[in-house]
Amino acid sequence: MHIIEIFEESVDVLKNNKLRTALSILGIIIGIGSVIALMTLGQASQASVKKQIQSLGTNLLTVRPGAQSSGFIRMSSGDSKNLKNEDIDAIKNSNRFTTISQVGAEYSSRSQVSYERNNINVSVSGITPEIFSLRNVQLEFGREFTQEDMGSKNKVAILGPTTAEDLFGTGVNPIGQTIRINGGTYTVIGVTKAKGSSGPFSQDEIVYLPLETAQKVLFGVSHVSTIYISAKSEDVMDAARNQLGYFLLEQHGLKSPEEADFSISSQEDILQTITQVTQTFTALLTGIAAISLLVGGIGIMNIMLVTVTERTTEIGLRKALGAKRKSIIYQFLIEAIILTFIGGLIGVCIGLGASFILTKSMSLPLVFSAPSIILAVVVAATIGIIFGWYPAWKASKLQPIEALRYE
Amino acid sequence: MIEVKKICKSYQNGDNVTQVLFDISFKIEKGEYVAIIGPSGSGKSTLMHILGALDVPTSGEYILNGKNIEKLNDDALSDIRNSEIGFIFQSYNLLPRMTALRNVMIPMAYAGVPKSKRILRAKEYLDIVGLSDKYNNLPNQLSGGQKQRVAIARALSMEPSILLADEPTGNLPTSQSNEIIQLFEELNKKGHTIIIITHNDEIAKRANRVLNLVDGKIISDKKNQ
Repeated sequence: MHIIEIFEESVDVLKNNKLRTALSILGIIIGIGSVIALMTLGQASQASVKKQIQSLGTNLLTVRPGAQSSGFIRMSSGDSKNLKNEDIDAIKNSNRFTTISQVGAEYSSRSQVSYERNNINVSVSGITPEIFSLRNVQLEFGREFTQEDMGSKNKVAILGPTTAEDLFGTGVNPIGQTIRINGGTYTVIGVTKAKGSSGPFSQDEIVYLPLETAQKVLFGVSHVSTIYISAKSEDVMDAARNQLGYFLLEQHGLKSPEEADFSISSQEDILQTITQVTQTFTALLTGIAAISLLVGGIGIMNIMLVTVTERTTEIGLRKALGAKRKSIIYQFLIEAIILTFIGGLIGVCIGLGASFILTKSMSLPLVFSAPSIILAVVVAATIGIIFGWYPAWKASKLQPIEALRYE
Repeated sequence: MIEVKKICKSYQNGDNVTQVLFDISFKIEKGEYVAIIGPSGSGKSTLMHILGALDVPTSGEYILNGKNIEKLNDDALSDIRNSEIGFIFQSYNLLPRMTALRNVMIPMAYAGVPKSKRILRAKEYLDIVGLSDKYNNLPNQLSGGQKQRVAIARALSMEPSILLADEPTGNLPTSQSNEIIQLFEELNKKGHTIIIITHNDEIAKRANRVLNLVDGKIISDKKNQ
């Protein structure tokens, strides 16, 4: 019998058993749907993190305090106060560095910021003027900090675009206005361009102050949270990291790298770590989803075995009328493949819908990857073949006379 | 055209071996109309299943149109059943979700006859069995006798050399039973070879040869006048 006719007949059979068909493909729908949704979500968050990190520049080295274990006590990173302004000055003034083009530092903490009746809690970051070029921050309005602002601890502020909007409302130019931070008044001298990211590490929800203004006037500290250094090119990143590391060890009076009370990482390191983490999570979640796909496949096998048993007499009759084993195998295999294929298609639609909603609600970029969709449908059909094979084979082995006698 | 030589059939059930047929031998020529009679449990159906290539003998030879059946594999047996034998069951064995026409088309589908030709031929055979107005009826819309006619049309559709009917009227009331038997007689007059199993002496008398099977052995083989 022609394959198209077997196909038509299978469709007939499935149509006659609508509820059973729907229930048996439900497992596949859920399986494929969750695989697609989780894969898309994983890719989306990875893309978002990548974009954020790359927007910081690729030649960037970051020095943070702590993070090195001392004895059995692991110091929590960022908590130690051992990176000082002197370190930055020493790096700037040293003539040992051949690979470094710029050095900047930041002290950041959260604080209450208000303008008239608008009051927000936002990250306040004291920076040296180099930070803007180091971190690819550009101004939309106004001017950058000058050496004069730095030296005389001027109470001036540059706002991130989201913060400017939160404080002043949309479309208002805040230049020249004064905002209050922890009771002190600061004049707004600039607004940065949007970098298009959100969340705790956003560079749009931020207030920049001159470093020493933040340290001495606002927070009353004398250390920095991060030192940023840009290498002259990507090729000398390793050399720059070594030079910097040994210089800071010496500066802190330490002998070996094991004693270091700071850690140096490149954007590449961070990117790799985060990529690894998201990949692991994506793999884990997809794995769990794949298990539900497997369960769905077993469900198909189960229903096909029931179908074969139910239709034993029909199989016997067909063999008695001249059906060969191949025809019987095809008949049941095609039924299973149709089930999983339809389940796969519906699952893809639901998975895409779910990923659309999820990425929207988490404001992540939506990346639809065609290969993963095609893969999912192929996987679904393959599951049909794998789990449909045994029942089909079992059906084809039935002896016509045994099958006809079966009641 | 049919020749069976010393056919034995036994079933194994655990350690028990039950022998159903003992050294059955006979020949049936083209155009014969043979009735096989005998009490229940005498092995009639088993013999019929072997003749219909639905089952294989434990020992002995079965030669159909020069082919040694018991040596063939599964698929070759399917071919034989498809093209050389038309089997008619007591319980009709129609597929309930298919119309009369589509039921008749099944063997032709497995033989690879093109669909348009299949439809034409199926209609032709439904006309022959007198169901010109029932092409599109589902089996549950037909009477027992009509269902059996569909089954006969199906058996005829591949123009087999032999028709085997296993108590074809066993489930039918007398009037419908007579019509079916008349149909067999007409088919026999047209040259079809027919073997029929029956309990009914009247039906047996109308055949031109009667094989009497008791306890798995042929006890008589008579030609009717």
